Amino acid sequence: MSSADRLPRLLALVPYLMSHPGAQVPEVAKLFGLTEKQLVDDLQLVWMCGLPGHTPGDLIDVSWDGGEILIDNAETIARPLRLGVDEASALLVALRMLAELPEFGEGDVLARVIAKLERAAGEGAAAVSSQVAFELDAAPDATATVREALRARRRVSLRYYVPGRDEVTPREVDPTRLVMVDGRHYLEGWCYRADGMRLFRLDRVMEVEVLGVPADPPAEAEPIDVTGGVFRPSPTDELVVLELTPTGRWVAEYYPCEEVTELGEGRLRVALRARDQGWIVRLALRLGDSGRVVSPGSLAERVREVAAQALSHYESVG
Amino acid sequence: MSRRKTERLLNLVICLLATRRPLSAEQIRHAVPGYDSGNDEAFQRMFERDKTELREIGIPVEVHRDPWEDEPGYRIVRQAYELPEITLEADEAAVLGLAAQVWQRANLAEAASGALLKLRAAGVETAELAEGPLELRVDTRDPAFPGLWEAVRDRRVVRFDYRAAASEVLMTRTVEPWGVVSRRGRWYLVGHDRERDAPRVFRLSRISGPVTPTGRPGAVTVPGGVDIRSMVGTRDSLVRERVATVRVRPGTCQGLRQAGAVRRGEDDWDVVTLDFADPEWLAGWVVGFAGDAEVLDPPDVRDAIIRRLKGALA
Repeated sequence: MSSADRLPRLLALVPYLMSHPGAQVPEVAKLFGLTEKQLVDDLQLVWMCGLPGHTPGDLIDVSWDGGEILIDNAETIARPLRLGVDEASALLVALRMLAELPEFGEGDVLARVIAKLERAAGEGAAAVSSQVAFELDAAPDATATVREALRARRRVSLRYYVPGRDEVTPREVDPTRLVMVDGRHYLEGWCYRADGMRLFRLDRVMEVEVLGVPADPPAEAEPIDVTGGVFRPSPTDELVVLELTPTGRWVAEYYPCEEVTELGEGRLRVALRARDQGWIVRLALRLGDSGRVVSPGSLAERVREVAAQALSHYESVG
Repeated sequence: MSRRKTERLLNLVICLLATRRPLSAEQIRHAVPGYDSGNDEAFQRMFERDKTELREIGIPVEVHRDPWEDEPGYRIVRQAYELPEITLEADEAAVLGLAAQVWQRANLAEAASGALLKLRAAGVETAELAEGPLELRVDTRDPAFPGLWEAVRDRRVVRFDYRAAASEVLMTRTVEPWGVVSRRGRWYLVGHDRERDAPRVFRLSRISGPVTPTGRPGAVTVPGGVDIRSMVGTRDSLVRERVATVRVRPGTCQGLRQAGAVRRGEDDWDVVTLDFADPEWLAGWVVGFAGDAEVLDPPDVRDAIIRRLKGALA
């Protein structure tokens, strides 16, 4: 946290301590994202402040003996500052998105929170939050069954399509969570075929069935961290360089690229990591003359071979 | 911000909140430690900057100009400053936690967690996160996002360089922003394009360079009846009213087989029939199966595939 955030933090810290008398240094530090030393430094600063006059009776009284924080004489700033437009809007936009999910279709919990938040925030936030929106695709067919399995804590059997390998494989999965990242639905669960935690894109689940077996993921099943996105190429994957014409620029928008260089006239050179070569070959065929593999040279050669072979169909028939 | 300055600002907030009647700059100078050193001019500059900083973090510093006073007076009105009373039921607190988590890897993460912190400070117990059976994340890695969020918030016209799909050139566009919409992980700006004098949708990833606000805040009015989400959503909801026939090698092309109906062909290959809307889109997909698939019909899809294969061969 930068020092410019310090005043807003203090203006939240004091009310927090007022409403939680006897709070412990470690727990408060964690909540405010501080080290214990930083928190104590904040407390020392607060202790130097108070009402004009600044006699001992005017100053805020703080103690943290034995790690237990007590604060007194801070009534002037006992309430937190009201929510800023950005703060309230960030929450309201997200709440409105949640309201579209079937999980919240019944019940009025979201309507209640939204109303309370709007009341606490003032009108600016309400207006902005209706202008930032999420357009959600309909949940894939498999979603309802997966939800049911999660609720009942049952194992599911899936037929799952992996486009990278063009394979449909049967899987048995103990569902742990439903995860939505960037508008797509995923089932997170322990996959017995892979013997590990996996995310399954629900629109690639061809069939799903709830089994009569309770879900019982092994103890080592840890939630998958999706903070950095779902598709995270490994640094050991092969680095492929492509050159794209303006028509092929979409590649840079769709796939995480390690490097993007403008070549002028709308042309682009991109470097991306490829888990398997098959995927790059397919991409190159799809691009046609709007992109080409620059390196590795062997991959560029492979694209030409595959293209020539495929073309032979069309030329012999036509 | 130095420690001395933070201390001075905190004392200033307390002083302006505690006073019942507006205080002149001179009165504030004597009441708040940290202003006492330096000459008049230095104090004036410091006080101006401090007021600006307080306003930037959302503290409503009011200015009063009385006709019979020479100097303006300042104070912070408690009702305008304080978060109103708010209590949340347990289920309400849980969804609020989930909502804050949505932005965790996005530009608004700080705003969302700042809001949570204030609510907690007010005694609202929000649930600890990432425990439930549902997790939602949204990314806003487009560099244009923060500028457009601010433009939408402040209702200001913006100007930026934009490269239309497949275009060789960047064009400067001037847009009255109506809203920003996320769809399938991509962000779009919806608004009135001044040069074209018509509503337009822009993809944030195609904006190049900075988003510059122009004109006054509050200048943009969103016309009644505009549904920003449907303006983005209708783009590829084309009806699949055409049918393609594709020959596929046995045991291959699982993706195609799943999408259509499969029958045995005359040789040992299978034949898949599937519905589609856009021939270029279908060609781009089927060509990826290379020598394992051959489009028999319609001819425009065949031609689009042959064109791609020749392009890849060149």
